[in-house]
Amino acid sequence: MSAGKKATGGNDVKSRSARRAFLKGIAMAGAAAAATPAWGGRTFQDAMGDFFQKHYLRMSPDEVQAAIERIQRRAQDRFGVDINVKNTPAQAGVVFGYAINISKCKGYRDCVSACVKENNLGRDSQVQYIRVLEMDQGTMNLENGDHYYAPETVPQEGKFYLPVQCMQCDDPPCVKACPVNATWMEPDGIVVVDYDWCIGCRYCMTACPYWARHFNWSEPEIPAEEINLDTHYLGNRPRPKGVVEKCHFCVQRTREGRQPACMEACPTGARVFGNLLDPDSEIRYVLENKTVFRLKEDLGTEPKFWYYTDG
Amino acid sequence: MGALIAFVFDGLRAMCRGPRLYWWWLGLLLFLIALGAWSYLTQLQEGLVVTGMSDQVSWGLYIANFAFLVGIAAAAVLLVIPAYIFHREDVKDVVLVGEGMAVAAVVMAITFVVIDLGRPERLWHMIPYLGEFNWPMSLLAWDVIVLSGYLLLNLAIPFYVLFHRYRGREPHFGLYFTMVVIAMFWAISIHTVTAFLFSANASRPFWHTALLGPRFIASAFASGPALIIIILQIVRAVTSYPVKQTVIDLLALIMAVALQINLFFVGVELFTDFYNEGAHAASIHYLFLGLGESHSLRPWIWTALGMNIIAVIILSVHPLRKQIRLLNLACVLAFIGIWIEKGMGLVIPGFVPTPLGEVFEYQPTLIEITVSIAIWAFGALVFTLLAKAVIAIEMGHLRHSSGTAVPGEMIS
Repeated sequence: MSAGKKATGGNDVKSRSARRAFLKGIAMAGAAAAATPAWGGRTFQDAMGDFFQKHYLRMSPDEVQAAIERIQRRAQDRFGVDINVKNTPAQAGVVFGYAINISKCKGYRDCVSACVKENNLGRDSQVQYIRVLEMDQGTMNLENGDHYYAPETVPQEGKFYLPVQCMQCDDPPCVKACPVNATWMEPDGIVVVDYDWCIGCRYCMTACPYWARHFNWSEPEIPAEEINLDTHYLGNRPRPKGVVEKCHFCVQRTREGRQPACMEACPTGARVFGNLLDPDSEIRYVLENKTVFRLKEDLGTEPKFWYYTDG
Repeated sequence: MGALIAFVFDGLRAMCRGPRLYWWWLGLLLFLIALGAWSYLTQLQEGLVVTGMSDQVSWGLYIANFAFLVGIAAAAVLLVIPAYIFHREDVKDVVLVGEGMAVAAVVMAITFVVIDLGRPERLWHMIPYLGEFNWPMSLLAWDVIVLSGYLLLNLAIPFYVLFHRYRGREPHFGLYFTMVVIAMFWAISIHTVTAFLFSANASRPFWHTALLGPRFIASAFASGPALIIIILQIVRAVTSYPVKQTVIDLLALIMAVALQINLFFVGVELFTDFYNEGAHAASIHYLFLGLGESHSLRPWIWTALGMNIIAVIILSVHPLRKQIRLLNLACVLAFIGIWIEKGMGLVIPGFVPTPLGEVFEYQPTLIEITVSIAIWAFGALVFTLLAKAVIAIEMGHLRHSSGTAVPGEMIS
């Protein structure tokens, strides 16, 4: 570092040798990797690597690997934990869809808290990918819904409960809005964000009809012992401040054949998740045998998220 | 090439010479910029959490100023058209001042967007080929193109004209006329695209109306001339530069018509939303009447409406408009009125209620306010410096290789 400061001087022989020392310093910093904290807790090489990191879809496998290692070092710096950052691609012949039986949803919000834990959501910022609205029976007007219901017990008489999260639209207006392609739809239908490419303009939040996108107004804080170490590059890896994030159907789980955390946590079995292309899947059964509807279907965004009721 | 260097050098020297008042003015602007820079540093360190914005209201004062300033920039075309198309000599005298204002306004608009970013250091991600540029899909990508293009046009035309005048030559008519025609259409496009940036969002019924584009243009053609009229009078007062009253009369008339149309559009919106209060009406209900306990914009929008109505009365009645004091009052009222109506009054209600029906209010913080003031000061600084050089050359104080350039003397 001190060599770097000297090197900014004049043009004489002395400073030329200082510049050599500076370059050598960079090489050494690289070798020492996370051992020498500088540049906001990172090595100079990592800081440069972060700055010039390419768009996820443009990186070679080697570059993705290098990016993952930087992400791991960053997590080590920030939280003192060793995270696993997976890069599992979408499986062929899979497009995910979701359905909720609102007759079964009792408003416990177990899905919300499971999601917060699973996806490493900022605890201080209280970001939640799922919002459950307490609605008056007899109306679907969202403006009458209670976002912060807190009665002694749920369900309340005369109310029903409507969980809302990212609908993974098939024609997503948020993707259209992004000026730098930092968000896109994966082949399995999940709309993801490259947190290292997002410039934080928040135009996607403006475009989303479901209020599914959330911004990191500050550096998200999570107690180290509560961090989920099993992460995905396009999913629940720790996010920096100043970028947008959203529900990604638990890509770190679902691409390995597991259920999303919200479905696993639901005590009433109201949630049905699966492969829309598999005719034998439960989600297909629901779509074919129940009377389903989608929220704000008239906006033409083709949500892959349905609601239905018993009876 | 030598002439070009001498031109730039002389221009810069003209910017550095002026009476004490000039330096006090620059000092004040620099002080305000420094205050804002300090606030912005805090914002960079802590994140946008230091603003009043939230997931619910995710754009605020910054984007409000942006929307307003694009209109001011576009309004320069109201001098460009009479000057170059209708060959009005009186307007031609001051058209470069108008283009200087356009440059300053575009610079401010772009700055407001950049300081609103969560990750300004990643701005290079927008550069085509080097990064990813989602054009033509993203309206924001369109806005980047039209704003930077407009900035270049408004720098290139005056530069070309002034450089020729500096060397005592006549500018090549065909060349600059072509640029002027492009700039004319470009001016309309910047404000239309900015309106589309909002109206493209089907999820925000308050903005999702075809009327937004025309409203933006109408309000721009009222607020822009309001500012130009004030600036021209200041130029007339502090320099010996000839600003003819006929120019101000023309602008006042344009402003009167534009403001009438703008108020008509507001009325049309109010009728459509309030006659049948559907979902589309919730935001406008919040803006004008409030929703439940939440009504922080209500006093602002009624003030704005009142200001615009007083301004339109003054402007529409001949004997009133002819009195320079009343005209100035109308300009100030319309400028502030439209800043409220099209800034906070347009941007914030788009987010209230949220697409899930939540009503959450927004109040700008001190940091947002000081940063915004600093950007306005920065725009004023850009304009002052540009105008200083432009006037020096236009007055003939700066001529190539005369060796006796005395730019300082023109200031009275």
